[in-house]
Amino acid sequence: MTAMIDVTDAKKTFTMHLQGGIELPVVSGVTFQVNPGECVVLSGPSGVGKSSILKMIFGNYRCDSGRIGIRHRGALIDLASAEPRQVLNVRRSTIGYVSQFLRAVPRVATIDVVAEPLIVNGVSRADAQARAGELLQRLNIPARLWQLPPATFSGGEQQRVNIARGFISDLPILLLDEPTASLDAANRAVVVELVAEKKRQGVAMVAIVHDDEIRHLIADRIVDVTSFAAAA
Amino acid sequence: MADHDLLENDEPLLVATSLSKSFGRIAACRDVSFSLYPGEVLAIVGESGSGKSTLLQLLSGQLAASAGHVSYRMRDGVARDLATLGEAERRFLFRTDWGFVHQDPAQGLRMAVSAGANVGERLMAVGWNHYGRIRDTASDWLTRVEIDVARIDDAPRTYSGGMRQRLQIARNLVTEPRLVFMDEPTGGLDVSVQARLLDLLRSLVAELNLAVIIVTHDLAVARLLSHRVMVMKGGRVIETGLTDQVLDDPREPYTQLLVSSILPP
Repeated sequence: MTAMIDVTDAKKTFTMHLQGGIELPVVSGVTFQVNPGECVVLSGPSGVGKSSILKMIFGNYRCDSGRIGIRHRGALIDLASAEPRQVLNVRRSTIGYVSQFLRAVPRVATIDVVAEPLIVNGVSRADAQARAGELLQRLNIPARLWQLPPATFSGGEQQRVNIARGFISDLPILLLDEPTASLDAANRAVVVELVAEKKRQGVAMVAIVHDDEIRHLIADRIVDVTSFAAAA
Repeated sequence: MADHDLLENDEPLLVATSLSKSFGRIAACRDVSFSLYPGEVLAIVGESGSGKSTLLQLLSGQLAASAGHVSYRMRDGVARDLATLGEAERRFLFRTDWGFVHQDPAQGLRMAVSAGANVGERLMAVGWNHYGRIRDTASDWLTRVEIDVARIDDAPRTYSGGMRQRLQIARNLVTEPRLVFMDEPTGGLDVSVQARLLDLLRSLVAELNLAVIIVTHDLAVARLLSHRVMVMKGGRVIETGLTDQVLDDPREPYTQLLVSSILPP
């Protein structure tokens, strides 16, 4: 089976110039693959580098060395050395990312925040908003909130908007950073269902989940990030 | 889907190669190289004296480079070195394919003629001569930039700062340019006026698939509007990448300083 994600020996260190140049090694030797239709969960204690790895796969963090192999439009490319333009193309048509906390452009209505990934890919505003509405409904965000920008919503509501935005397109790779952290039992169940549907559609997923129960429900494999902790 | 394959194979719109400018012994701008593609928004950020405004002047052919080249792909598909364009060709480019939004709207408008005329004369300069259609298009644009159409016959002298800036944008976009240069477009405006202007710019850029090169000292503006960022210091580009990369994972000491200096959202 050809992997959708093929990370090889990836390394990341932060150099804090404002604090005298101290070096903070984050991860090194990160190596794992993710196949279509499977969900790999990254495990390890808080601060070990799980979110950093997701951000490296998304191209948000740059790697010091190593390869981030991504199957993009049938060809395997190395995101770590790709041109910025190529990274933008990969994000538009291959990798979706649900961050730990919602980061949305201010003053944009919730329905438009969620519809945007589809509109950017050529879907009509009306169709995109219809699909956005369906997802928001499933995630128990009532219609009376759809015209409001999400900035004033509760943490859990914001995260559900974030999830809707991440799940709305048909991207073959999804990165999920604590998708259920701020959610109640009913909404956690919805997210588990959404993940199962994506798996059936052959989407390759990498997720960070602290909740043991959710982890059991969605993980096909667990990768322990502690083994990639960089030497201090 | 075919459209997106096209997006991945298309040619750059503007290419800067080793661009440099010195004023006597002062090197205002050194060795700047990059490619800009259709629909891309590139922010050039840096503090005063970093060389960013000089760079914008070089890129828009308003200042001759001391070294290096800028080439622009014209509507016929041919890439032309800006230094080889004649004065008439340059002016034509500015009137049709390019826009330039100044920090001070008074520099980009004719303050004493009506708003309608400000927008309309751009159309006349490219050959429109039907008064009714010119006026309709001008009205349309005023609405798009959220200026009350009832003000179409008023001169921008009577407008507020925010309205003048929005009129400048309308004047620049009416000829459907492919590339717009902006020099601190929100500088000096009140916060709420700034926000409204940025929202407008954001939606127009997306709707019209504009390529934009925007100079700003404000990282928040860069984050909101741009795909890519170049950080300038002392005339050089010290860091470049996708906006989220540079702002979330700043590598250079100066970039880290800049990022830590902005107020958290």
